[in-house]
Amino acid sequence: MTMTYEKLMQIKEKNRELVMVRRLVASKAEEMAKHTAYRKQILVCGGTGCTSSGSHKVCDALEKEIKAKGLTDVLIVKTGCFGLCALGPVVIVYPEGAFYSQTTPEGAKRIIDEHIIKGSICKDLLYPETVHEDGEILPLSQTNFYAKQMRIALRNCGVIDPENIEEYIALDGYAALHKVLTSMTQDQVIDVMLASGLRGRGGAGFPTGRKWAFCKATKSDIKYVCCNADEGDPGAFMDRSILEGDPHAVLEAMAIAGYTIGASQGYVYVRAEYPIAVERLKIAIKQAREYGLLGKDIFGTGFNFDIEIRLGAGAFVCGEETALMTSIEGKRGEPRPRPPFPAVEGLFKKPTVLNNVETYANVAQIIRKGAEWYSSIGTETSKGTKVFALGGKITNVGLVEVPMGTTLREIIEEIGGGIPNGKKFKAAQTGGPSGGCIPSVHIDTPIDYESLQRIGSMMGSGGLIIMDEDTCMVDIAKFYLEFTCEESCGKCSPCRIGTKRLLHMLDDITKGTATMEELDKIEELAAHMKVSCLCALGQTASNPVVSTLRYFREEYVEHIVDKRCAAKKCKDLLHYVIDPEKCKGCTLCSRNCPVGAISGKVKEPHHIDKNVCIKCGLCKQNCKFGAVYMD
Amino acid sequence: MAVLAFRGTPKQERELRKFIRKHKDQPGAMMPVLQEAQGIYGYLPREVQEIIAQEMNVPLSQVFGVATFYSQFTLTPKGEHTVSVCLGTACYVKGADKILAAIEDRLGIKAGECTPDGFFSIDSCRCLGACGLAPVMTVDGEVYGKCTPESAVKIIDSYYEEV
Repeated sequence: MTMTYEKLMQIKEKNRELVMVRRLVASKAEEMAKHTAYRKQILVCGGTGCTSSGSHKVCDALEKEIKAKGLTDVLIVKTGCFGLCALGPVVIVYPEGAFYSQTTPEGAKRIIDEHIIKGSICKDLLYPETVHEDGEILPLSQTNFYAKQMRIALRNCGVIDPENIEEYIALDGYAALHKVLTSMTQDQVIDVMLASGLRGRGGAGFPTGRKWAFCKATKSDIKYVCCNADEGDPGAFMDRSILEGDPHAVLEAMAIAGYTIGASQGYVYVRAEYPIAVERLKIAIKQAREYGLLGKDIFGTGFNFDIEIRLGAGAFVCGEETALMTSIEGKRGEPRPRPPFPAVEGLFKKPTVLNNVETYANVAQIIRKGAEWYSSIGTETSKGTKVFALGGKITNVGLVEVPMGTTLREIIEEIGGGIPNGKKFKAAQTGGPSGGCIPSVHIDTPIDYESLQRIGSMMGSGGLIIMDEDTCMVDIAKFYLEFTCEESCGKCSPCRIGTKRLLHMLDDITKGTATMEELDKIEELAAHMKVSCLCALGQTASNPVVSTLRYFREEYVEHIVDKRCAAKKCKDLLHYVIDPEKCKGCTLCSRNCPVGAISGKVKEPHHIDKNVCIKCGLCKQNCKFGAVYMD
Repeated sequence: MAVLAFRGTPKQERELRKFIRKHKDQPGAMMPVLQEAQGIYGYLPREVQEIIAQEMNVPLSQVFGVATFYSQFTLTPKGEHTVSVCLGTACYVKGADKILAAIEDRLGIKAGECTPDGFFSIDSCRCLGACGLAPVMTVDGEVYGKCTPESAVKIIDSYYEEV
């Protein structure tokens, strides 16, 4: 069908109230719900996190129960991620906004019987933070996890049904595309993007408006728009959640970019490891075509634009822009030197704009609400919000979106709920294998592109891994080097050989066979790699080592000189020890020791000679009193 | 590890050739073709690569080059069941290495290998994006979250019990 403004508004009005019930405070939502066909709406998270903890079973149980009870005025909506992945499966009932966490199929049955039918909320199943001491139920927006967040890129995630384009339209979807196509010139769009201050969310932070302007300025009959959804940073899942929860936001922004630079074809390069995201994208593209929002003559303006999906196949380097394009071309995903930059010569040798998923998720709202609105959020040089995938040793593992300039302390202590098990915060890691560690002295640093770089880390795509005192920083540096070493494409020697050498040296340190000289060599090699590697993978590969060396040098020295790993992570530096308090002197260990390393008299505490011990672990296995431990 | 003989059927070959003919003219068809081929055969042995090279009219070396570049493509067959342990950062910080070690120990093979009876193979992967449930492993795509070395071994054993 051909989409017109009138039709778009009709769809919006038809669905508006139904969706708004999920966005208003309970009292207003109840009023609004009366205007819809549904008395209650049950939202079930269908993101990867909750699906993995069994939300599909919960959804089945809800549907079965609703059918059994013959309820026709109750709607079940499968949404994208709510953010609180550790508490999944998450279920929210509107208009009350009751937030059920860790729901089971049995719990689902109770929600229908007690809450939906009898009208009494199952308080014991709610997320405890939403239940006030006096029994009052708080809205989700007032919990610690959500109170400090500001949702722009994630605004529709967990609100709409991502498989229903009409719900996206109900919340002003595709209005920005209409505005651009009917009332703005290409240069006006670029001006708005420049004035908004939006910078690339993939990590490097290049101003989006400038990228588009370069590409628009290049003369060519064919141009392309690409979306980088190859979220390779292990521990990051922002882009996946946006694609799963709000795929149309990305498609709309790509069409806007297409109009701006003069392209009629777009490609989304997405990881094959994200099956739910791929499925939702496919559905979204199909629906957008059916509604005339992709394809020929969009809004009757003569503008043609279509989008294809290309699946990645598990290569971290393909997150680099030139490598990604080479991969779409069907070749080995190796990067190539720049210039020429993709804006001049990109995909299939044509001018190409490539942006990351989260960057696109901001675009339509900037067009609708204006550059001034967007640039009022954030810091001097970093505007808007940033989505972080909060993981590791933190209570509230999940997805958070905060205004730029929020401090790490606010994210960890307030939103994240602190470090579990009474442990102490040691460091936060941003930027994944290309980033660095932020130690506790810098916990009050406001997060923006520049200040993170100053303290030796980087914004990166948004992985934020929290580490406590049980984490060995040398081991973490080695973990990242193992990753980059394996993922190095091998095209340029500084990266191929450099990552391998760095890894060898780190390996020696964790085994206690290195000398202090190695630390100087690491720093020298890292400096060389920074300037001589072909692409960002190699140029930044040494960051995890360099930054941990900068802030936790004493830990490296401890490994090398004292041959000791305080976090007890590096196995080669640990020794079996017998606790004299617990040892009963039964002699079982010494009789079983294959090398005779254990000495001691009957009924007296035994002792292990660490110079003889081969660490086979038989003593620990055999001890009936738990007296053998590693130190 | 002994290399298993190729057991492709004429039906599989027809399916693959049909897919290639339909898509070979679209720009950058190699990746979708390899993905489809792996979907049909489960892996990409030389015999399958030869079919692709012939149909797409490119040298076998080019097919091999692409197939070996990406970690998703495998040139050796997988076990009847595949367990994959996530070694992403969030999982690693929470002890994923111990889980992998426990499974390797239980099955007596290393990551990337298949048990001699062809029943189980072990993979490691980089982040499934289920970081909220770290540490995570999957068996045939089914996700098991918040694993411990003990629970992981139990999950593996449960597949043997089903037989």
